[in-house]
Amino acid sequence: MSTSFTSPTNASLSSKKISTRTIYDFHGGIHPEEMKTLSNQTPITHPPIPPKLVLPLQQHIGKPSDLIVELGQHVLKGQKLANADGMISVALHAPTSGIIESIIDHPIAHPSGESGTCIVLIPDGKDEWCELEPCQHYEHLSVSKIQAKVRDAGVAGMGGAGFPTEVKLHPPRQDKVATLILNAAECEPYITADDRLMRERADEVVQGMEIMAYALQPGECIIGIEDNKPEAIAALREAAKETNIDVCVIPTKYPSGGEKQIIKILTDKEVPNGKIPADIGVMCQNVGTAAAIYRAVRFGEPLISRVTTLTGEGIEQPGNVEALIGTPIDWLLSQYGFQAQKTERLIMGGPMMGFTLKHIETPIVKTTNCILAPTRKDLPPPPPAQACIRCGLCADVCPAVLLPQQLYWFSRAQEYDKAEHHNLFDCIECGACSYVCPSSIPLVQYYRHAKGEIKQQKQDQLKSDQARERFEARQFRLEREQAEKDAKRKARADAAAKTQAAKKAAEAAKPNEVATKTDTTLEDAADTKKAVIQAALARNKEKNDSNNALKPEEATDLDALKTAWDKTQAKLDKMYDALDDARANNPEQIDKLSRAVEKNQMRVNQAKQIWEKASASQQAASATTHVIAVEIKIEKPDIALLATAIEKAQSKLDKMQDALDNAQPEQIEKLTRAVEKNKVRVNQAQQVWEEASANQIAEPKTEISMKATITKEAVSGASEQPDIEALESGLEKAQSKLETMQDALDSAQPDQIEKLTRAVEKNKVRVQAAENALKAVTATRVTNQNGEQ
Amino acid sequence: MAFLTLSSPHAKGPQRTSIMMRWVIAMTLPGLLLQTLFFGWGNLHNVLWCTLVAIISEAIVLKIRKRPIGFYLNDYSAVVTAVLIGLALPPFVPWWVSLVATSFAIIFAKHLYGGMGYNPFNPAMVGYALVLVSFPVAMTTNWAMPLPLLEQPASLLETLSIIWGQTPIPDALTGATPLDTYKHEIAHSLSDTVLENPIFGSGFSLGWEWVNAGFLAGGMVLIALKIVPWQTPVGLLLGLAIPAAILGHDADQTAPMLLHLTSGATMLGAFFIATDPVTSCTTNRGRLIYGFGIGLLTYIIRAHGSYPDAIAFAVLLMNFAAPLIDVYTQPRTYGYIDSKRGPKAKEKN
Repeated sequence: MSTSFTSPTNASLSSKKISTRTIYDFHGGIHPEEMKTLSNQTPITHPPIPPKLVLPLQQHIGKPSDLIVELGQHVLKGQKLANADGMISVALHAPTSGIIESIIDHPIAHPSGESGTCIVLIPDGKDEWCELEPCQHYEHLSVSKIQAKVRDAGVAGMGGAGFPTEVKLHPPRQDKVATLILNAAECEPYITADDRLMRERADEVVQGMEIMAYALQPGECIIGIEDNKPEAIAALREAAKETNIDVCVIPTKYPSGGEKQIIKILTDKEVPNGKIPADIGVMCQNVGTAAAIYRAVRFGEPLISRVTTLTGEGIEQPGNVEALIGTPIDWLLSQYGFQAQKTERLIMGGPMMGFTLKHIETPIVKTTNCILAPTRKDLPPPPPAQACIRCGLCADVCPAVLLPQQLYWFSRAQEYDKAEHHNLFDCIECGACSYVCPSSIPLVQYYRHAKGEIKQQKQDQLKSDQARERFEARQFRLEREQAEKDAKRKARADAAAKTQAAKKAAEAAKPNEVATKTDTTLEDAADTKKAVIQAALARNKEKNDSNNALKPEEATDLDALKTAWDKTQAKLDKMYDALDDARANNPEQIDKLSRAVEKNQMRVNQAKQIWEKASASQQAASATTHVIAVEIKIEKPDIALLATAIEKAQSKLDKMQDALDNAQPEQIEKLTRAVEKNKVRVNQAQQVWEEASANQIAEPKTEISMKATITKEAVSGASEQPDIEALESGLEKAQSKLETMQDALDSAQPDQIEKLTRAVEKNKVRVQAAENALKAVTATRVTNQNGEQ
Repeated sequence: MAFLTLSSPHAKGPQRTSIMMRWVIAMTLPGLLLQTLFFGWGNLHNVLWCTLVAIISEAIVLKIRKRPIGFYLNDYSAVVTAVLIGLALPPFVPWWVSLVATSFAIIFAKHLYGGMGYNPFNPAMVGYALVLVSFPVAMTTNWAMPLPLLEQPASLLETLSIIWGQTPIPDALTGATPLDTYKHEIAHSLSDTVLENPIFGSGFSLGWEWVNAGFLAGGMVLIALKIVPWQTPVGLLLGLAIPAAILGHDADQTAPMLLHLTSGATMLGAFFIATDPVTSCTTNRGRLIYGFGIGLLTYIIRAHGSYPDAIAFAVLLMNFAAPLIDVYTQPRTYGYIDSKRGPKAKEKN
């Protein structure tokens, strides 16, 4: 790959010793007509101050500058108009003194011809500098001070990309920069801004590079310059005589000035895919940037002007100008004899990578290295594209070593995945492929379109992914909220049911009372039930303080029934557990246990039925009560409330009686009628209540045959018995099996011993489990019995 | 003021498809001249006749397809196809054979696939192969004897009258090609005896060696002008020479390497037919493989097939393989450690 091209350079120690640096070649490249003599024959000129300057807030890569001036404010030349906003940003300064006239949306230098926020400055013609902070010796400054100065001066890469220069003055991740390259290739045809700059201000360029080297401490400093600029080479060599800078002449070939290409040429290193030069210890800067750094550090001058090439046959006096940033291009061109009628397109940048300007009033920005006004003869319109014949000339010239025609077919067929697979995004859009294409296919345009489409697709994909995530999150939230609501509702329903159940239990328990203590008053509670009553009372009190003693009692009994049912259920659950255990450990017991469980299940069902019936009868009673209750303005369908109502009616009656006693004669009759009426009501209520109570008592009676027998003992104890029995018999069986096994083990053959031992062990465990289950059941039973006591 | 809005690059190099095609046509002239010199007017007539047929066919199809006729005719691709067919056909082949070959090449092999740039198979070779399998007699009995061996060569008028079927072809004017002759006679003879046949001239093949030299020279110019890549012809010649040298070292068994290289359509195939950019590989490594494949297949068919020459079939077979070869011979892109091989994106994730 490497050509044996060597360049005599001034090595360190400034001796006459000629050092040779191997120059490498990069793949592909083209040799378009250079057209440089059109503009590089005359010195850089200084146009007058334009009547208006338009300063875009974004002239660089990164965040737009942060505006700090006001409308109508008078600013001095070099005064800061906008601050750097964040890390990747630069400041903006007034190119001359004047008044901030407006802040508007104005067409900016962008391929799309879009607009951006711009400060409009009307120069006052005095060109009055603000106070600057010069510095004789940069060596006396700290590196961070230099970085700050460069940042404050608003220096951004002037080769075209406009990347904030200050960022590139930080050594990458504390690594040492091995090679600092000053890119002076200026490989694009027509452009001579760097060429003239180097010829006329080589010392500024070299000193700017020295400052960069001071900040970066690179292992070597190389200026890469194409051999078509002999005057500039000579000037640089002269300026770099006393330095360590190696002025390295490289063959003229487009696009040797591409960052990746010049790195390859000078170091034979390739910037790995997806990385930046800093990752391989290389830092590339442009010559214009170096000069700007020098002026920023040495004189404190911010970047307010730049050398721009005005060229093309459409301009009568082509050449290079030191244009103020913000100079409208139409005004600038008019100063140099622009012939609009001869020009078909106006290009910012070179003929290979520049873009056409939609609006001629677009201002010069920090990255404007050339304004090209070609005639139709210079750059004729492209001939109509013919079919691709796959000649592969494009692949031969591609500096990124791509297969441009394959990319073209994929882009055309919208096979973007294939295009990506063929490294579409490594295309640097240098235009070499389009240049050589014999079929005049605008290849780069296809690649740009494909890249845009792919980026758009990815963005859309990302958006839809995010939308889906949002939707799913919302669904999840709604479900969760619903579940929470349901849980709350269920909790409330449970609580209500429990309260209800408590009341019903009290009522259902009533028959016991009635049976054992006939004719006792309702207020009397059975001693044995006192504990339960107390609990029920407490519960009832929570709900309704006004409940009288009658209610808790009913509730208690129903509650007790429910407790009995619950207990039976618990037992059943335990048996299920035991069954599961047995299933896992002792298959033979399963049947037995299953039967026991079934039996118990039946019992539970029975208990449940009893409870349900009791509840139902209570409900029926309540319903009847309710009718009356409504009549006597008692809202709650509740026996307890009915009782309260009766009481109330009674007290009212009493009151009425009192009133009757103390009443005036004429009122007596009226009151007496009222009393009578109330008496009837009280009686009615009493009857209803008695009926309801009787109903409640009667129901359980018929169901469970005898009130006395339907004790909790009967319900719970009965259901426990068989289950204990079953467990016991299971235990017995397991034990007998264990014994059989032990016997078998004793008489077993040696080879079976181990097997049997394991079986015995297993069975032992099972017996243990069965015993435990039995104990548990017995214990439950004892507890139950205690509870009943 | 309205300026053009155009995408970069704005500069355009001088190369044009039509220029490339014209160079290709021009560089066949030395070979055509030598062909005429050694084998009479037949090929020159065929080239012109095929060109006429091609232009008319192309114009008709473009008309039917509602394409701008002038624009497409101007790319000279149809003429190249026609010239290649005319150069490849036997000199005394009847006019209608050329007509069928050329019109089929243009209409079916080229335009039915979408026209210029879209055809997967080399149109000239599709046309040639069609008439070779369809009219085997016309395609094998009309090869001309080298003029130096003739006492009375056919004049231009005689040639025309033979081709246009006015007069039957005199036996004396035709003869088997050297490759054909060697292949058949070596089976029951020794190399020295076979080579005594005057058509082999001074050890190669009389006339053919010069014609091949002419195409070689023209091809070298095209390579120098970067109109054709060097990889395809080099690959083809290697693919033919290596097996010929190894397997053909015994001249008493098979034709020697030099006979392969100097006979038949070897150089025409290597520099003008296999290098058709549309149907060949596009990667440089792929072109070497593609060319080598054609050379190898040519040797196999020449040595073991029933056809004396095989460039057409070899080219068509490799046309099939070209897209696949391309997929597996992608170059290493700048900044990558390895080149991507195959259709799938393995590097991802």
